[in-house]
Amino acid sequence: MTTEVTGAGSASSPHPGSSGQAPDQRSRGGRRGEAEQVRRTRELSTGFIVSRIAVLGIVAALLIYALPPLIRTEAWTALVIVGVVTALVAYLYLTPRHIPAKYLVPGTIFLIAFAIVPIVLTFVTAFTNFGDGHRGTKEEAIRAIETSSVTQVPGSPEYYLTIAERDGELVFLLVDPATKAVQAGTAEGLTPVDGAEVSLTGKVLAAAGYTVIPTAQAAERDAEIAAFSVPTAGGAVKATGLSRAFEGKADKSYDAACDCVTSPSGGRWVADEVEGYFVNAEGEHLDQGWKVDVGFANFKKALTDPTISGHFLNVLIWNFVFAISAVATTFALGMIVALALHSPRVRGTRIYRAMLILPYAMPGFAMLLIWRDMFNTDFGLISKLFGVHDWLGTPTTARLGLIVINLWMGFPYMFLVITGALQAVPRELTDAARIDGASAWAGFRRVTLPLVLVALTPLLISSFGFNFNNFNNIKLVTNGGPYAVDNATVGATDLLISYTYRVAGFDSGVADFGFAAAISVFIFAIVATVSTVAFWRSRAQEEVYS
Amino acid sequence: MRIRTAGVIAAAGLLMLGVAACGGTNEPAATPSKDKGNGKLVLWTDPTRAPVLKPFAEAFGKENGVTVEVKEISENQQQTFITASQQGSGPDIMVGAHDWIGNMVQNGAIDPVQLTAEQKAAFHPNAIKAVTFNGQIYGAPYAMENVALIRNTDLVPTAPATLEDLIKTGKDLKAAKKVQEILCVPFGAAGDVYHTYPLFSAAGGSLFGTTAAGDPDPSKVTVNTPESIAALEKMKALGEKGEGAIKTSIGNENGIPSFVQKKCAFLISGPWSMNDVKKAGFGYDISAVPGFAAGGQAKPFLGVQAFYVAAKGKSKVLAQEFVANYVTNKDVALALYKADPRPAALTAAADEVKTLDPNAEKFVTAGANGIPMPAIPAMGAIWGPMANAEVAVVKGGDAKTAAEAAAKAITAEINK
Repeated sequence: MTTEVTGAGSASSPHPGSSGQAPDQRSRGGRRGEAEQVRRTRELSTGFIVSRIAVLGIVAALLIYALPPLIRTEAWTALVIVGVVTALVAYLYLTPRHIPAKYLVPGTIFLIAFAIVPIVLTFVTAFTNFGDGHRGTKEEAIRAIETSSVTQVPGSPEYYLTIAERDGELVFLLVDPATKAVQAGTAEGLTPVDGAEVSLTGKVLAAAGYTVIPTAQAAERDAEIAAFSVPTAGGAVKATGLSRAFEGKADKSYDAACDCVTSPSGGRWVADEVEGYFVNAEGEHLDQGWKVDVGFANFKKALTDPTISGHFLNVLIWNFVFAISAVATTFALGMIVALALHSPRVRGTRIYRAMLILPYAMPGFAMLLIWRDMFNTDFGLISKLFGVHDWLGTPTTARLGLIVINLWMGFPYMFLVITGALQAVPRELTDAARIDGASAWAGFRRVTLPLVLVALTPLLISSFGFNFNNFNNIKLVTNGGPYAVDNATVGATDLLISYTYRVAGFDSGVADFGFAAAISVFIFAIVATVSTVAFWRSRAQEEVYS
Repeated sequence: MRIRTAGVIAAAGLLMLGVAACGGTNEPAATPSKDKGNGKLVLWTDPTRAPVLKPFAEAFGKENGVTVEVKEISENQQQTFITASQQGSGPDIMVGAHDWIGNMVQNGAIDPVQLTAEQKAAFHPNAIKAVTFNGQIYGAPYAMENVALIRNTDLVPTAPATLEDLIKTGKDLKAAKKVQEILCVPFGAAGDVYHTYPLFSAAGGSLFGTTAAGDPDPSKVTVNTPESIAALEKMKALGEKGEGAIKTSIGNENGIPSFVQKKCAFLISGPWSMNDVKKAGFGYDISAVPGFAAGGQAKPFLGVQAFYVAAKGKSKVLAQEFVANYVTNKDVALALYKADPRPAALTAAADEVKTLDPNAEKFVTAGANGIPMPAIPAMGAIWGPMANAEVAVVKGGDAKTAAEAAAKAITAEINK
């Protein structure tokens, strides 16, 4: 009863002042009286009001921040979600009920926003061809195709442009650079203008019946000017900036009747909804494509394409070797150092600890590049110490080198967490083992290690997950290499993640997100399986030792 | 119950305050018209160019009565731009290398730029060629760059006429203990197709066939043709098991420093190395990378930095004005050069630059035989596999096997 009341009391009042008062108030009354007391305690506390206002203020600020862009981009679904979540949070912190939810909801919202939504998006993307060339909608692709096919009508003048107005309507005043003749271009077409005053640079200074718009004001009507075009016999006059105009003609146009793009100069590209491209009879496609659903094609390709699946097993084996060695070596070294500094006989432990944390505290990217240069065949430190060898150019030494680098970067973390765990192991237990006649090794092996492991298994599992996807180490040190002479696709030190990064085209700047997402789903499945099995086993272990 | 009311009032108060605050900042000063743009131009560039471009962008803003914002994108500029454009949060103008064009076009991220015949004629023909894709000009070039042979004139007074001469001179200097390496060409453990392309092309190698229009053809990958295999053979002869002129231990991280520290008498690098080379304290000169005695000329890749008009920008007309009519101005090009010395793409500016800095002119001359780096998206598929094949041959691997493996990987990537 006591623990329950104290728990509820502290849970319902976020400020520390009330938890001391709560138990004695509660001991006087029954359940109902207790609730009354809790409520009164809250009413009295300014900390409560301040904390609620803070939480609700942040929520309201986020809502206000999110509204204008969502409305502008017409993202109604997102708007509804934001609104519902805000309302839920506001309700939750304004009602005295639902006390556990007050604590769970913020974490849950963050979990959904930053863990579950990205995973769901990755899964969804895996079923599309989203990537470079297929980012937008079909309408956007059509617009881009038409826009980029606009060329100047041969022989047409390259006009000087002055933006003007007549009866509130936009007018292009066009000056032919050769003849200095002035024409007014409206949505109806071109009409000659007489008696206009033209500057030496071709700007119209004044024209009867037209009001010249100053540049600054014209710049504010950007969208209107960009959309404006003056129809002509050969095409249409469009603005090139605010000072020039040209007579252009689109070479390609979309025809909804045949769902195809046609060109007067010959050429017909029919929409292919499977590929997300406009394709002609020869099988060639226009550059601009759009996003389409491709079903399981990405997964199928990952499993059946020989350039990908052919190397999958080798990469996977090395991936496991790397991740397991990374965890095992950093854990072993971290443990040795932690045990050494845990001994009461060691002096100056603080200095040692500070120094040992240094590799962990330095920026990883820079350290990786320095390590890469230390392995340089002709100029590197390693070659100077151990003799000239193509360290990162030979598969075995490249792999060993990566594990050594990872050990150096990773052991301080293990050292830190093991030091913490060791301090939680009661000295009586190790003392008792020694009195019972156990050797130092046996005491460590049978008492200290199991107790430390119970606390550290989750960290080891997450370390495995991290190293399984340790992209930085591979990318910056070897970039997957060395590559065999007959294989330019996959290198000896490629992990699944660095390999797929390349296969999905991120290296080359032309990315295939859909395919990358499909591979991510595979990697997710592997790491999730390994983690689940490990957690399941560690739970069994916990039952034994606790 | 009282507390509930108080909480509701507090929350409502906060909401209203928030609304009022947002309204205050968002409300435009002037009365809005329906089709009103925002009178604001946003330009994205990389961190090294941002401070250079800022004063010019601001001058343009003043001239036209608009605000201009120059934002630096620290890395992955191309992908960041494409992704942001797609979401509608991109800039109006993007600055970047011309070989992005293919990918930006296939994503509908940039619009063509209409230059007049007169404007086009004012640019170096190679610069215009580089920004032309599928017959359309997609950007206004402002700087060009290519690699050249930089040599230590204290050790080598005259430029080598052929690659054989270069190797022989390097070997003699090495034998005399004056240098440690024959040649410093950034290659590294991962290979470097860009820096070695002059050597590969001089030996007759190529990456793509050409279309009828003369553009690189992604359906014709030529890295495993007999000519390209022969070129890889020559790279093998220059490699670690041969002359030792191309080494995996010399990469981007130590290529220029090695030259500056006199570890080698020759360096293949571009204008970006000049800051270090000038400080090295010895005489240097810049010349074209020579070809083989019995073979073609070395053709370095030409890279062009250009301004692009974002297709989904909010101020497109203003962006066009900036790209097509402002940065194509000679005085602007000249000022840009003074702020960030790279060979200017505008011929008129380049002529004036010549008198200011002879190095810029020497790099342009060295790139006369160069070919614009292919801007087609398929070029992305070349870098990795081709670099792997070059590393394999430089380490003494079989050229034919390496070429076939590279061709297979490249074709698979293009057709994926």
